[in-house]
Amino acid sequence: MALLETRGLTAHYGDFQALFGVDITLEAGETIAIIGSNGAGKTTLMRAIAGLLRSAPGMVHFDGQEIGARSAADIMGLGIAMVPEGRRLFPSLSVEENLMIGAYGRKVPGPWHLDSVYDLFPILKERRHSPGTALSGGQQQMVAVGRALMSNPKVLLCDELSLGLAPVVIRDIYAAMPRILEGGASVVIVEQDIGQALKVASRVYCVMEGRVTLTGRPADLSRDAIHNAYFGAAA
Amino acid sequence: MIWVDTLVQGILLGGLYALFAAGLSLVFGIMRLVNLAHGDLIILGAYLILVIVSVLGLNPFLAALVALPLMFCFGWVLQRVVLNRVLGEDILPPLLVTFGLSVVIQNALQEGFTSDSQRLRPGPVESASLDLGIVTVGVMPLLTFASAILVIVGLNQLFYRTALGRAFRATSDDPVTAQLMGIRPDNLFAVATGIAMVVVTIAAMYLGVRANFDPTIGPARLIYAFEAVIIGGLGSLWGTLAGGVIIGVAQTMGAAINPEWQILAGHVAFLVVLLIRPRGLFPRAQD
Repeated sequence: MALLETRGLTAHYGDFQALFGVDITLEAGETIAIIGSNGAGKTTLMRAIAGLLRSAPGMVHFDGQEIGARSAADIMGLGIAMVPEGRRLFPSLSVEENLMIGAYGRKVPGPWHLDSVYDLFPILKERRHSPGTALSGGQQQMVAVGRALMSNPKVLLCDELSLGLAPVVIRDIYAAMPRILEGGASVVIVEQDIGQALKVASRVYCVMEGRVTLTGRPADLSRDAIHNAYFGAAA
Repeated sequence: MIWVDTLVQGILLGGLYALFAAGLSLVFGIMRLVNLAHGDLIILGAYLILVIVSVLGLNPFLAALVALPLMFCFGWVLQRVVLNRVLGEDILPPLLVTFGLSVVIQNALQEGFTSDSQRLRPGPVESASLDLGIVTVGVMPLLTFASAILVIVGLNQLFYRTALGRAFRATSDDPVTAQLMGIRPDNLFAVATGIAMVVVTIAAMYLGVRANFDPTIGPARLIYAFEAVIIGGLGSLWGTLAGGVIIGVAQTMGAAINPEWQILAGHVAFLVVLLIRPRGLFPRAQD
């Protein structure tokens, strides 16, 4: 049984339907990538899995439980953590406090704690007393990833890790992925940067206009197929 | 010499105003909720202490200790059952609901206790004083001021040294992302209002010991509390103490010149600060 699975997931913002029957699966120990252009529904998919956007019962399953209708706080408590789009660090909290709040109210045994996060991103230890939002974009992204890891999640949802960051910084952040997987988390990444996504993911889902248009292993997908799925066949 | 005495009495009175204001500041800081019933909740607290004093025959200090957990629970339930339902982007619903709550509390107290003035009597300590050489200060005003400092130190420790405090600040910054940390804002807001009611109870005890109270005086306490919070700068607890002291000093100074000017001088001081520093003396950087 898959660790995380959506079955015919639909999502709405008011009257606007953003997802139309999306099926994805994530096996334990795996990294999958959701790619697609701006507005394709990638972030909506993440928000629906995380519970920020409630879906109907039966549409999202995690670790043998149905979680579609649960609150975000409940879902996070079950072992999912999310690195939200745009980092969204808490401005009133220092770097260290931002990390610590990732484990708020939970003591989940696992490899991730302050020391191991500082070991993963040493720069954060130097800046630990700075306000989180005083850091550079890349460092803020490291805090956001570290904050999510602090709860020792079984599934880590990463929404647009590369957004607004320089290539060298993106490379540094993705360099942490193998250690995150070794730590026992399975990862869902949402990316507009297709090259980066294909490098780290074992399977890729391409989303367009709220529907999965292509899925497969990176090695099996041709450039043209991805291009068509990403922009539409007519593009 | 009389001016030194007036200044010291004003500072000590400021402690009481800071106690009025700290709960208001706390709730506003965390959930951007302007509680128009805050003054009436203080008066409700005073009546609760009065009831405990008369039923259990306790000293007001001990009665306040009994009232603390009761008021915490009351605040928790009030937030869960009523106030959480009206929090949102629009600030008008909470204003209307807390205004209604203010009317309800005033009328319920009048119904239950009539509009006769009441007083809490702590015994000999009420009239005890300390001779500090230059000035003589009452023990009760001194205790009030010390309590205000303790409350503010305590709240600051809670905010900046505990996981709960981090959760308060994070939720105040961004309630949606806070949920991704496993925080339940509804619960957290209920705890915050519970803590605010604990502070309200402490304020209520000193209010009831210092002067007569009746069911109608809540709104005026709300005004003092508001002024202290705004003078200090929204979200700063030490600023709130400074705001309370400024109003207290202005009132005693005004009264020393002409007793009729006491209340007016406090409001004038508030307006002057607002003119010079519209965001208060110690505003939070991001507000």
